[in-house]
Amino acid sequence: MALPKDYDDLPGTVVFDFDQARQGYHLNMFCMSLMKPENRAAFKAAQRAYLDKWPMTEEQKQAVLKRDWNGMLQLGGNIYFTSKLAATDGLSFQQIAAIMTGSTQEEYAQMMINGGRAIEGNRSKSEWKKHG
Amino acid sequence: MARIVAGVAASHIPAVGAAWDNGRTGEPYWRPVFAGFEASKEWIAKVKPDVCIVVYNDHASAFSLEIIPTFAIGCAAEFPIADEGWGPRPVPPVKGHPELATHIVQSAVLDEFDLTVVNKMEVDHGLTVPLTLMFGQPKEWPCPVIPVSVNVVVYPVPTGNRCYMLGRAIRKAVESFDQDLRVVIFGTGGMSHQLQGPRAGLINREFDTRFLDNLSKDPQALVKISHLEYLREAGSEAIELVMWLIMRGALDDKVKEVRRFYHVPASNTALGHIIFENTGR
Repeated sequence: MALPKDYDDLPGTVVFDFDQARQGYHLNMFCMSLMKPENRAAFKAAQRAYLDKWPMTEEQKQAVLKRDWNGMLQLGGNIYFTSKLAATDGLSFQQIAAIMTGSTQEEYAQMMINGGRAIEGNRSKSEWKKHG
Repeated sequence: MARIVAGVAASHIPAVGAAWDNGRTGEPYWRPVFAGFEASKEWIAKVKPDVCIVVYNDHASAFSLEIIPTFAIGCAAEFPIADEGWGPRPVPPVKGHPELATHIVQSAVLDEFDLTVVNKMEVDHGLTVPLTLMFGQPKEWPCPVIPVSVNVVVYPVPTGNRCYMLGRAIRKAVESFDQDLRVVIFGTGGMSHQLQGPRAGLINREFDTRFLDNLSKDPQALVKISHLEYLREAGSEAIELVMWLIMRGALDDKVKEVRRFYHVPASNTALGHIIFENTGR
């Protein structure tokens, strides 16, 4: 029997557990390869061809090509790995965080300066549903 | 005999390292962050540790998904700086203390903590940013550093209680080492933050304040915090705070808080910092 996942109720959050890690193994290993400058160059020169060297699913490859940062997490990506793809694009953690929340850079940075996203109303999926 | 004289906790936000490396410490956004560590730098310059044990997590730098040790200890003589996608940080390589590290392994395993020995490892911002905050940027780091790496990336991560007990085991090991060394132990990461998904940017100042208060007053309350509570109340990456409990477990029951600093935001994160000295009680 599978372990119960009490964290499935967290809104807007993919918990990177060992099941996700198994699903995203090659996606994350691709991201990891971008730690080497020569691989970053090869990827930038021919993204699809570089991706095809990794036994990822087509869905995962499309998420990478579209830079669908939330989609990559859903498909087993982990933020510390996908952030290496972001770095290859010249994007910081804060810049991809803004994209994942659907905010502009300015809005997101300002939210953080104002003290960050409040915990109230952000504890469970039901709270998000209630407020649409 | 070696002994642990103090514990330091500090967040290890990569953007803080980047701000330092790019000479942006004087900018209005970053000035308060670095100002918050000025007194801490003076403190550690006076304490002059012979060795620092730095509990941190690797962020997909030394450990990919090929090997995921829950607890690992660096036993090498030197740890190069990792390239995390932007080129390696321009900081000195980290010198280890292989004799003490190896001693800790042997003591801990007999104490039922089966640490993974790592003899070749690059270290990333998780380890180097707290060093920068505490030591600035010397040509060489002022003392050897023993990296203790904890898996807080792939869930489930070790429990707070397990981490606290590991701290106890590290202390026991240090105290049975037959060189007269003064050791400072670092717990890094945290505090409240979530880097990923539509809920990114979560900060919970009340949770963090309670955590900082209880770290000296009631660590037993902290070791009982469940994984779900960290995730829900303080964000998916706040679970890094279990590493602070390794530091705390290595200290006396009664500690003296000599320094505290809390600042929001540093990039996506609530930056927390605290220093404890042992009291002998």
